[in-house]
Amino acid sequence: MSRRPFHLFLDEHRTPVLAYLRAMVGPSDADDCFQETFMAALRNYETLDGHSPRAWVMTIARNKAIDHHRATGRRPVPKGEELPDVPAPKTSEPDPELWAEVAGLPDRQREAVGLRFAADLRYREIAAAMDTSEEAARRSVHEGLKKLRERITKEER
Amino acid sequence: MTKNDAPRDAGAKKGAAADEREIEVRLRGSAGASDDSDELARRFAEIAAASGDAEVAFATLDTPVGTTSVAATSRGIVSVGLPNHALDDFVERLASDISPRIVEAPGRLDDARRELSEFFEGERRNFDLDLDWALVPGGFYRKVLNATARLPYGSTKTYGEIAKSAGNPRAHRAAGTALGVNPLPIVVPCHRIVRAGPDPGNYGGGPELKRWLLGLEGSL
Repeated sequence: MSRRPFHLFLDEHRTPVLAYLRAMVGPSDADDCFQETFMAALRNYETLDGHSPRAWVMTIARNKAIDHHRATGRRPVPKGEELPDVPAPKTSEPDPELWAEVAGLPDRQREAVGLRFAADLRYREIAAAMDTSEEAARRSVHEGLKKLRERITKEER
Repeated sequence: MTKNDAPRDAGAKKGAAADEREIEVRLRGSAGASDDSDELARRFAEIAAASGDAEVAFATLDTPVGTTSVAATSRGIVSVGLPNHALDDFVERLASDISPRIVEAPGRLDDARRELSEFFEGERRNFDLDLDWALVPGGFYRKVLNATARLPYGSTKTYGEIAKSAGNPRAHRAAGTALGVNPLPIVVPCHRIVRAGPDPGNYGGGPELKRWLLGLEGSL
């Protein structure tokens, strides 16, 4: 089994996992999903062997987000649910308003965009996490971005 | 399509690509942007240490001689890292010799940190902590460290004397080796084992720290 201290694993993946979960389930429920994700990762740490650690933990996070949606029986972040009070986004931080738009994308696109830009996965890893082909993952990200662009342009008009 | 539409269409396409890049930048933010995940990770670590899902918890504390590390399992304190011991190495060793399920959980180590701080400040003479001897090899090593653990504050013994207490008076070299790999310095006070003569001898934390500790205890 991997002998890499879990402490380093946690430190390395906590930021993208939280960003991804916020995009998937909304900021208020992301905290619980975060705890569940890393607890599952800790308990199953030996199964990490042979996987990309980022893709492995994101697969867990994705499953926790899906469980969460099943439990609450609602779509991830109903559009318009308030995001935490954050000052006007600086260019250096992920834009919460834009992530609110991501929450309104169709499931596959939302997941793919989250894995790509919140979790910072490669397309190969996104494909593994979503159990699909690399080409399909790439297409979902692209379509998601296209849809975001259309929505933003529509709003700006 | 008129003649004029062609360039405008190309321009629109280029605009769309630029928009999407802009969207990517806004989604991603720059790496290392601040977030709350450090607080959530700290909370997670404490929960995992308390539940036992993390088999080892570690923490650091500042002392007058530098940053000291301490780690515990569910059985008790399993290792103390003196200031000359790099934290990364300390954690790596616990991960490889005890369990990789290790987290930083200072709350879990409140008592140990407090008692160690008090000792370094000269306000504590004995430790009231459970110990886990998992990193101590068995046999003669274990006997030497057991005998060392019973040495009172402010007292010293020579390597020959501690070898004798451990049941083998002629094994003073082996006693030195056992003390050199003591995973629980301070708590198992190997600094109280000294050479016969003015120089107190070697120490895992460095000879200067040994002199400092003996000075603290008034036995120099």
